[in-house]
Amino acid sequence: MSVTPGLWSYLAAAPLTWLTVTLLAYLGASMVSRSLDHAPLANPVLVAVCVIAPILWLTGTGYDSYFEGAQFIHFLLGPATVALAVPLYDNLATIRRLAAPILLALVAGSAVAVVSAILLAQALGLPEPVILSLSPKSTTAPVALGVSEAVGGIPTLTAVLVILTGVIGAIVVTPMMNLLRIRDWRARGFAVGVAAHGIGTARAFAVNETAGAYAGVGMALNALLTSLIVPVFVYWLI
Amino acid sequence: MLFALSLILSCQLAGELITRGAGLPVPGPVVGLALLLAVLTVRPSLIAAIRPTVAVILANLSLFFVPAGVGVVANLEILSNEWIAIIAVLVVSTVLAMLASVATFLAALRILEREAE
Repeated sequence: MSVTPGLWSYLAAAPLTWLTVTLLAYLGASMVSRSLDHAPLANPVLVAVCVIAPILWLTGTGYDSYFEGAQFIHFLLGPATVALAVPLYDNLATIRRLAAPILLALVAGSAVAVVSAILLAQALGLPEPVILSLSPKSTTAPVALGVSEAVGGIPTLTAVLVILTGVIGAIVVTPMMNLLRIRDWRARGFAVGVAAHGIGTARAFAVNETAGAYAGVGMALNALLTSLIVPVFVYWLI
Repeated sequence: MLFALSLILSCQLAGELITRGAGLPVPGPVVGLALLLAVLTVRPSLIAAIRPTVAVILANLSLFFVPAGVGVVANLEILSNEWIAIIAVLVVSTVLAMLASVATFLAALRILEREAE
């Protein structure tokens, strides 16, 4: 490379570099996602990670020095979680009107998501830190990271697992519901919001407006419930 | 924007203080979410003041997740050794969760509609 060593060591160590790289990679990934009509596998987070990870590897940059810069973006996960109160508030009337189906489906979906992940992971002999990191996988990212940390999982592993869960839910939901001949958009949307958080919700909005709104409600309610039940099930099952 | 950020960060800070103070295993921002919801229910007029900022935050929700996602580089060993089992757990568990949720929703809806008749 023609860059002088002094300049390169500044670039590699400066938080500004990795903050900028993260923003640019995400911007590019969003453009790719939009051009592919928001296909689940072209999820912008997935694409951005696939761009940044090789850059870190090629430049020999450790995750710690990358995070020095990226932490300014990471910090916003907390306020973003709090902000979810607004869509939840907007949908309070809907939630009140269909309180019984919504709350029962929330408890069923949320509990099955956590318990089946823990039991399956145990049956397949996965190590305990991985099981703990898997347990909050169906809830929205910022909440899942906090839950993972609180129960002794690996937050950075949970981050990857949460994205994969969302992508899987978004890919599976439409063929599965069609196969089962379920035509109620409210039920279809709500289920994917509970099981596959924001990525599932985005998919639901792309398929049907009503499904999207109910998916958003499912995602927001599950953010609250998962953080309450994961510590309980982890205590019982692990 | 400053008012919205102040309100959101205040709720988050209060949430952190409550969870840490009481030793709860719930993330502080989740308690902050509940607190903001309570504030909005008591003072609905605040919603208009914070909505534009919240819209910007939520429209870019995925971006905030990228730094943690890049953590995949810190977990390559676990993932490369166990990826088949991990993917199997994620697929089966996600399908089961959707089935449980959609079946419960439809069953409860049917009972509600029968009662309404």
